[in-house]
Amino acid sequence: MTGPRIRISLKLLSLVFVAGAAGCASFYEIPIETPIAAKLDVSAFQRVFIAGFLAGGTDDVDGNVETVRLLRSQLRMKSNLRVVDADVLPLMDVAVNGGAQGQAAGPAADPREEPKPSSFKSEKDLEPYEHIFADADYWKKIGEEYQNPLIVTGWVLFTPHSQSGMVQREQEVIDPLGRRRVEPVREYMERKGFILQEKFVFIDGRSGAQMHSETLREERLYNQNDNTPALSSYFELMDEIIPRFLSTLSTQRVRGSRVLIK
Amino acid sequence: MRKHMLMAALLVTVLSGAAYADARTDAKEQVEFGIAVAQRGLWKEAIYRWERATQIDPNYAAAFNNLAVAYEHEGLLEKAGEAYERALKLEPNNAMVRQNFELFKEIHDRTTNQNQSQTP
Repeated sequence: MTGPRIRISLKLLSLVFVAGAAGCASFYEIPIETPIAAKLDVSAFQRVFIAGFLAGGTDDVDGNVETVRLLRSQLRMKSNLRVVDADVLPLMDVAVNGGAQGQAAGPAADPREEPKPSSFKSEKDLEPYEHIFADADYWKKIGEEYQNPLIVTGWVLFTPHSQSGMVQREQEVIDPLGRRRVEPVREYMERKGFILQEKFVFIDGRSGAQMHSETLREERLYNQNDNTPALSSYFELMDEIIPRFLSTLSTQRVRGSRVLIK
Repeated sequence: MRKHMLMAALLVTVLSGAAYADARTDAKEQVEFGIAVAQRGLWKEAIYRWERATQIDPNYAAAFNNLAVAYEHEGLLEKAGEAYERALKLEPNNAMVRQNFELFKEIHDRTTNQNQSQTP
């Protein structure tokens, strides 16, 4: 008789304890969305013109055309600005032949040939051509042509890269009892891939003046035996860079959760 | 005379203790109300309540923590950072506040130090 009675009272006690604990919870997890303000105030613009880029690194991917195409399509989907659909500027050619001054002088009798992208191995190699971004007369003229948009230009450096060293990877092993297990294995590996560096320059199409610039970098390495095409690697790296590019122009929301305390 | 002074000192201690307890009770009411409205998505009201709580009881770490979370949700990152720091100063070993602050710093650092960027 006493046995069951004790059991019932213990159950009741634990129920009371659980209910009490639930009622007196002293913290609550809550989802939040942190808005990250755009770095640039673009409220004065209705249009954006992704003009063109100085491209270097490899001849396998046309960094200028591919970057323009990709950024335009992303902005069409994720920005309120109207994207100007015009021919991609051959920026290297413009930089080589003197920008606005060169154009004002008319077609040169002996125009300088633009160098191949593969002749640019680092940021330093592109420096002699960066004067084009500060050529306010040139950009103002471009701005007038496309109804004073926000102009985006810059340089793209997509370079092959290889690295060798110890790499940790996970390997599936089957033990003597036939059970599968995953074990970390360290091994020497030669890997190759690409580095993508991009400098984005934002120009006010009304004045031709530079508003903002930022440089982003991503790299990816693959096993020596993987024959990952350069274009596919370029898109993988751009996937990482694009959200950061977009955060310059529009507010992004970062989702997470925090704990509220009583 | 000595007896009277002793009595007065005792009275002051008891009264200040009671006032502190009252402040904490009032602040706690504001904090709980703030949690209830924040859970319904009314973050501005929650901010008002938690700001009140910190005014009533400036030593209430939970109020500063919650206020920081609300500021974060509203994108007021500088204010959020200050409120988290205040909460941690009051309760340096509070793991929940510390965890919130670490997550906040991740976002904050991303916005401030994200790559090299410059505006002329």
